Amino acid sequence: MKYVDEFRDPQKAQALLQEIAQLSAQIHVDRQRPLKIMEICGGHTHSIFKYGLEALLPETIELVHGPGCPVCIMPKGRLDDAIALALNPEIIFATFGDVLRVPGSQQSLLQARANGADIRMVYSPLDALSMARDNPDREVVFFAIGFETTAPSTALTVLQAAAEGLPNFSLFCNHVRVIPAMEALLDNPDLQLDGFIGPGHVSMVIGSQPYQVIADRYHKPLVVSGFEPLDILQSIWMVLRQFATGRCEVENQYSRLVQPEGNTVALNAMAQVFEVRDQFEWRGLGYLSQSGLQMRSDYAAFDAEVKFTVPGRSVADHKACQCGEILKGVLKPWQCKVFGTACTPDHPIGSCMVSSEGACAAYYKYGRFSQAGAQFQKTPVPG
Amino acid sequence: MTIPFPSNPSSHPLFQALDQSQHRRGRVGEDMITLSHGSGGRAMRDLIDDIFVGSFDNPILAQLEDQARLDLSVLLPLGDRLALTTDSYVVDPLFFPGGDIGVLAINGTVNDLAVSGAKPLYLTCSVILEEGLSVATLRRVVTSMKAAAIAAGVQIVTGDTKVVPRGAADKLFINTAGVGVIRSGVSCSAHHLQPGDAILINGELGNHGAAILAARGELALETEILSDCQPLHDLVDQILAVCPQVRAMRDATRGGLATVLNEFAQSSQVGIRLEERSLPVREAVRGMCELLGLDPIYLANEGKLVVVVPSDQAEAVLAAMQAHPAGREARLIGEVVAAPAGVVTMQTTFGAGRIVDMLVGEQLPRIC
Repeated sequence: MKYVDEFRDPQKAQALLQEIAQLSAQIHVDRQRPLKIMEICGGHTHSIFKYGLEALLPETIELVHGPGCPVCIMPKGRLDDAIALALNPEIIFATFGDVLRVPGSQQSLLQARANGADIRMVYSPLDALSMARDNPDREVVFFAIGFETTAPSTALTVLQAAAEGLPNFSLFCNHVRVIPAMEALLDNPDLQLDGFIGPGHVSMVIGSQPYQVIADRYHKPLVVSGFEPLDILQSIWMVLRQFATGRCEVENQYSRLVQPEGNTVALNAMAQVFEVRDQFEWRGLGYLSQSGLQMRSDYAAFDAEVKFTVPGRSVADHKACQCGEILKGVLKPWQCKVFGTACTPDHPIGSCMVSSEGACAAYYKYGRFSQAGAQFQKTPVPG
Repeated sequence: MTIPFPSNPSSHPLFQALDQSQHRRGRVGEDMITLSHGSGGRAMRDLIDDIFVGSFDNPILAQLEDQARLDLSVLLPLGDRLALTTDSYVVDPLFFPGGDIGVLAINGTVNDLAVSGAKPLYLTCSVILEEGLSVATLRRVVTSMKAAAIAAGVQIVTGDTKVVPRGAADKLFINTAGVGVIRSGVSCSAHHLQPGDAILINGELGNHGAAILAARGELALETEILSDCQPLHDLVDQILAVCPQVRAMRDATRGGLATVLNEFAQSSQVGIRLEERSLPVREAVRGMCELLGLDPIYLANEGKLVVVVPSDQAEAVLAAMQAHPAGREARLIGEVVAAPAGVVTMQTTFGAGRIVDMLVGEQLPRIC
């Protein structure tokens, strides 16, 4: 397949892996512990597992799976708010498919649908807009989630709804921003990250320039990366090369799609519709300032939080769930007390076990019988 | 005043009209299914006569008894065990590139019989119709069923019709049960896999699942992917002719190849090792999967057969499969290993190994 197979060439992968091994050996002469490289984005986590990349890397490199899955970081309280909206008989609640199974405090959207809520899966926010046009006597609320990757398409949908004067369409806005989350991780003393593989899709929108703060203030190398196996291996190699040459820079491996300044059209649409929230709660990470987006007052007519009442409560995670530590990269999924026992993709306790981009789901799905996965402790679930 | 009962009723015009009415072949006059078509009365009889008995035309069904009566003398020479299966079909949309719900309902049940090593013979057809379904749609589906039954060499010998109020079902649901006779000496079972056995598939993975996704029209994708819906009984004949010792066969429908192999591994308590580079997937299906974050090994198929045979027979079986139109793209895709028991692993194109787990819930497209 053109533009895909070129990035999955086993021979090129072998050549890259050899170079990674050489660089890693060279760097490790002066180091006592493995080099910890975090991939922020869940899409990268998924690819790493799907292609078995982690097992091909030298032991001196440890990949840490970060908080870049928009489903995983959605806090229970916001899920409860979404479910409350969905249970309103006036509302058709439109959502992306992979949010359906995420547990709220009482139930998931899938369970709410079984309980009678009119919840419909869409592939794009524009599908929700069509739904509003087709159902003029109902309110259509779109559950907008995702990082800067999906925010522009949501913004353009709102602009379209405004242009059409659609009175029965609104957003439940849960868009989040990647850089404040990275800064929160770097400010956390528990973590000792050495470098980052930057998210490709987000960077298509925001560009590579905004990551400069990671290199300048935190002195960590960051390489914006594509999602194909060779993209990821090359990005790891580029991070190692920075180490070997004593640099901390923002580099762009995904230059075929990412421009330093990002996508101006997308950024303008976002700026027109959204503004930064003072605080947004992240599952496992708590409230992070400047980390979420909300709708500008000009578009309040399309803001479900203005049009409808939502409970707006903050709900603590299950006490046995250690998603927070996993999202921060402090724990590996199999080190969580309930991984693979009380918490499985069939019966997820935490969100990391739900999305295919979640680190726990990836370990469970692709590697639960691996040596690492086999170490988990079978502990009964408290409460 | 009382009207005297005619002394010779058969010559009376009233009774003659009644007699004609009882012997006429029923016809459906309406354009749409209504609740009266499920009431058990004349409208239902007309529907059954017109649409089902007329199409499926065979002497066993024409008896219109409450059960099909099957002649043992036909069954006995064909083998030594009966295979009985049932499946319900609720696909949306009813018509899709490469098939429709009627073809699925016949081929699905034919294939469930065939993979046991049975010769499929008789099917039932039970329909649940939503009030408001167009009669033309039903007619079209039943015509497809008739053609598929002829192609598969089976007869539809009994059935049932129910009509439910609008909203209580989605247009049309079909259940088909099937009876076949298992050839003597053939013993295919998910419990019979042994380390060293070879695993084969008769063609490209995921075409049906991808065709249905595209046909739903929610993705605005233009593809030429056709469902692979086809009967497999003849291919099974060819396979058993060269290798009666087939360990296991199963058609990979919902849950795809991955689900079948996990079931095999768990039932036989063996490991299964797949070679990623050997898995046949059409380019358009790969493209759609890339776009949506789906995996073709979990996508549904309706004409794909997973066959496990002793390794020394693998080449002969592969050649027999490739010589058949339903197996032209057949491949050897993996092997049975002793450990880890109950687990399917895949050797990726990079030489790394990973688990291929059972599907949890349905595959849901990723956000980004």
